[in-house]
Amino acid sequence: MLFWLVVLLFAVVIFSMFLGRYPVPGFISFERLSSDSLAQKLVFNLRVPRILTALLLGASLAAAGGVFQMIFSNPLVDPGFLGVSQGAAFGAAMCIIFLGGAAWAVQASAAFFGCLGLLLSYLLARRVRYGGWVLRLVLAGIAVSALFSAGLGILKYVADPLSQLQEITFWLLGGLWSITWRQFLTILPVVVISLFIIWRMRWRLNLLSLGDETAFSLGLAPTRERTLLLIAGVAATSAVISVAGIVSWVGLIIPHIARRLFGADSRYMIPASILIGSIFTILCDDLGRTLMAGEIPLGIITSLLGAAIFAYIMINQKLPTHK
Amino acid sequence: MDNTLLSFENITFTYPTGKTPVMKNFNLSIDKGTITVILGPNGAGKTTLLHLALGWLHPSTGKVKLLEKSLSVYTRRELGQWMGLVPQNENTPFDYSLLEYVLLGRTPYLEPLAMPGEKDLEISAQKLTEVGLSSLIHRSMPSLSGGERQLVLVARALAQQPKLLFLDEPTSHLDLSNKSKLVNVLRGLQSQGVTIVFTTHEPDVASALATHMVLMREGEILQTGPIDQVMNDVSLTALYHLPIQVKEIDGKRVVLWDN
Repeated sequence: MLFWLVVLLFAVVIFSMFLGRYPVPGFISFERLSSDSLAQKLVFNLRVPRILTALLLGASLAAAGGVFQMIFSNPLVDPGFLGVSQGAAFGAAMCIIFLGGAAWAVQASAAFFGCLGLLLSYLLARRVRYGGWVLRLVLAGIAVSALFSAGLGILKYVADPLSQLQEITFWLLGGLWSITWRQFLTILPVVVISLFIIWRMRWRLNLLSLGDETAFSLGLAPTRERTLLLIAGVAATSAVISVAGIVSWVGLIIPHIARRLFGADSRYMIPASILIGSIFTILCDDLGRTLMAGEIPLGIITSLLGAAIFAYIMINQKLPTHK
Repeated sequence: MDNTLLSFENITFTYPTGKTPVMKNFNLSIDKGTITVILGPNGAGKTTLLHLALGWLHPSTGKVKLLEKSLSVYTRRELGQWMGLVPQNENTPFDYSLLEYVLLGRTPYLEPLAMPGEKDLEISAQKLTEVGLSSLIHRSMPSLSGGERQLVLVARALAQQPKLLFLDEPTSHLDLSNKSKLVNVLRGLQSQGVTIVFTTHEPDVASALATHMVLMREGEILQTGPIDQVMNDVSLTALYHLPIQVKEIDGKRVVLWDN
């Protein structure tokens, strides 16, 4: 079944390459693509990097979501919750207001503040005098996220409503309209390395969801292995958030869908999350860029479709729980 | 020849968040092939003792030794092959099937990044049969009763094929027939040479299974030795601060207590 997901992913990538609004809304024909140099440029310089970035985006958010849910033994956790998403949002808004908002600067600032959010959550968790390590991290993540979200509120308040505020809002809703090959290639190494680590360690991820003394008694070094997976998840998430803005729901629901279809064992759940996340995000982005003459922000579509699919799956008990 | 498998030497232990030590000048040795029961009131330090034995907690002073060597000379994986733990309870937020869950016990035998193979599946299924759950192997963990979950945890520890097995209150959720099943499984393990240490609040289970007994109170050992010598009116009364009588009926010890 995983094999068919791979086939489906390829099919979706090819399908999306031909889908767009040039020269007319719908599919571009082979003849047109081979004769029209504008069409070639458009497909290979704009559409292909965008589709591939959507693939990385979906794969990273879903994999990181799956990892975080296992590590924190909590199915309601989302990859941005340790201060990463709100930190990145704050960073982007700050750059748009005070540094002019060049695309590369917004990305760098978002990535920097995303990592800063994680660092603050971590440092705060170490000082919290209540509960176990996991609970402390979660509490610290909530506090740091709230802090950045308050800061973001202030920034929005002082932003110029005619230009900056629109840009901030658009960034917060997430989207891939500005992606070029350069941006794709910038995030590619981080994402590939992170996903590789997660993929290779997926069996041990099972044990980490059980509690530290069990993981230890089965030969793991729980703290060390958990930290490594956490870093891999956060690195991939910050990288994709930095170019795509906040794309919500993918990291939360895709692992649930994967678990429903393939069972809880992360040997299958993680690859399935990566594949389903990619397919889902590419299709959502296709809708965002073709449905209307203007661009619909990706985050809106992922939330809308994601929530609908999620509700459907939760209600529909007929799906097999195991492979 | 020295028959000691595991020894605690002058252990004191204080939790990082606590002030008073949970273990005070603790000395104990466990011989190969024995079944030792640790008895004591709530908060006596029984679970802490098991966690120290596993190497999961490190003593503040003193040493825990496996075969005369400090635990720190063994790798994590070696320790995983040596010692298994059946925890008191375990949080399972995701719906693993029983077979997947027991399969996790094979991890110490896998290369660090390897996946389990056919042989591991076979062993896991066999262990589920041994604890009497073979008909449920594709059921999901959250759908089980408390007693069934406890048996699955035992099956996982069996799949780990440890030479030294720790069980933390393994019978607390079991009905009488499952209790007797577990006692038989553990006796079978002992006959294969596995050394067993368990904690319990049930004197009948202790008496049915154990060869040795450790009485613990407030992080200290009150008494230790073969069960015939330790399990009596005087020592149990001292342990629980409650008038207790140990009677023998048909060669079996029965514990009676009085308010």
